[in-house]
Amino acid sequence: MRRAALAIGYGFLYLPICLLVVWSFNDSRLVNVWGGFSTRWYVELAHDTRFLDAAWLSVRVALSSATLATILGTLAALALVRFGAFRGRLLFTGLLAAPLVMPEVITGLALLLLFVALEQLIGWPEGRGFLTVVLAHTTISTAYVTVVVRARLGQIDPSLEEAAQDLGARPAKAFLAVTLPLIAPSLAAGWLLSLTLSLDDVVTTQFVSGPGATTLPIEVFSSVRLGVSPEINALGSVIVFVVGAGIIVAWRLMRGRE
Amino acid sequence: MAKLADSWGRRLVLALPFGWMSVFFLVPLLIVAAISLAEPRIGIPPYEPLWDWSGGGLPAFQGSLANFALLFSDDLYVSAFFQSVKIAGISTACCLLIGYPMALAIARAPASRRGPLLMLVILPFWTSFLIRVYAWMGILKDEGLLNLALQWLGVIEQPLVILNTDLAVYIGIVYSYLPYMILPLVGVLERQDPALLEAAADLGARPLKAFLAVTLPLSLPGIVAGSLLVFIPAVGEYVIPDLLGGGDTNMLGKALWDIFALNRDWPTASALAVALLAALVLPLALVQRLQRRMEAA
Repeated sequence: MRRAALAIGYGFLYLPICLLVVWSFNDSRLVNVWGGFSTRWYVELAHDTRFLDAAWLSVRVALSSATLATILGTLAALALVRFGAFRGRLLFTGLLAAPLVMPEVITGLALLLLFVALEQLIGWPEGRGFLTVVLAHTTISTAYVTVVVRARLGQIDPSLEEAAQDLGARPAKAFLAVTLPLIAPSLAAGWLLSLTLSLDDVVTTQFVSGPGATTLPIEVFSSVRLGVSPEINALGSVIVFVVGAGIIVAWRLMRGRE
Repeated sequence: MAKLADSWGRRLVLALPFGWMSVFFLVPLLIVAAISLAEPRIGIPPYEPLWDWSGGGLPAFQGSLANFALLFSDDLYVSAFFQSVKIAGISTACCLLIGYPMALAIARAPASRRGPLLMLVILPFWTSFLIRVYAWMGILKDEGLLNLALQWLGVIEQPLVILNTDLAVYIGIVYSYLPYMILPLVGVLERQDPALLEAAADLGARPLKAFLAVTLPLSLPGIVAGSLLVFIPAVGEYVIPDLLGGGDTNMLGKALWDIFALNRDWPTASALAVALLAALVLPLALVQRLQRRMEAA
């Protein structure tokens, strides 16, 4: 019984991904014809500047927004865990929880309207592009980082930091020397989570990006709407390989530390 | 002196994220609410100002509920609302049916195997959502892999039309959101004391009866949490109905994008966003309550 439940469940989760990878090596352009093993779609992908440019933009957006979100999310988690009751705590908690469950069409529309209104009022941000996409991704990711870091911070004994302060360390120094190294793994996890969220986001990005700023998911989305294409099979497989390799490395590192 | 620096530091720690989330999350939602009352026009930006300053002295408020009246009187949007709720509801039930046995099996697996099994549930999250939905296009289309396999097995003669129907949307949503259902379920099932089941068995309950009387009721918080995590994003889903659904698949998230991008009618799109949010207020409030209870525990 249990074995069957697991086999069916995991089969359902993994079969589509496996088929995609296998079919990315199909020489034929058609899905229903196996034309033999070939890597020609990977070669074509590597020469497609459309996807390469979009991927480079996506990487820059993801690195910027993940880093900003990790800083903001860590500060937010610190305030929530260590500050006890303060005015506006309920609103603050709500603001950090809402992006996790808000339908993305609403978040995207709301941010776009903000950027348009701001541009009218103060002339910033000028147009839509790299900057607006980074601001939008940072906002959503901050909520996720807060959840991850807050969970870890809650497990750490505050008396450790108090001991450092009793020994003469200023609060900032005590935090950097004692608490930060202890919560560092959760910061890394939050940063990686933000990175993947940003690299994968379609809906919000579609609202807040401009004509000159096409991220990889937007480029993929617009070509996928026209139908199945072998080049996208190859691109999808590359993403699966990169993520798989990343996770194996992360797993090894964690094992090594234990 | 240290005290003063401390209080400044504390203020900064709170002010930075609080300020950011206020400016980039709270204020935008308030703008959506405001613009939902404005009158659409052709131009940049495509809405009339809410306040008329031309009369001198106090400005006159020009907003109205006309956009909402339009939404409620148009069958297209009313049916989009009911179809979204129906599709999200049925998908949530399917996720529960597939996810519960999996969660139970993971929770009762030996502790050493639980970690890797959970990891395998989370792993697809880290690959691209878009690519996973796209993979289904190649499987479900008329000359796709599913029809190919079924024809080869001799189950069907003519290919089944699945892609661009509601069925494909159900498959896509269940596939994409299944992990959201499994994770909270494993969380509650893992913590259940096996002694409870033993006690039920000692008192003569058969396994099925013990499951219905003990395991299932105790896992209710996990069922509620998982269902909300699937239902809420599914109601506003845009990518899946756009890629897998057909012309008559009518969901709110897609309708919102169409009004916004194709009609360039931002006030009506805002009104739709407010209506969508209002429909989700109850489930969102439930999430908030659950979260607070978990914090208290």
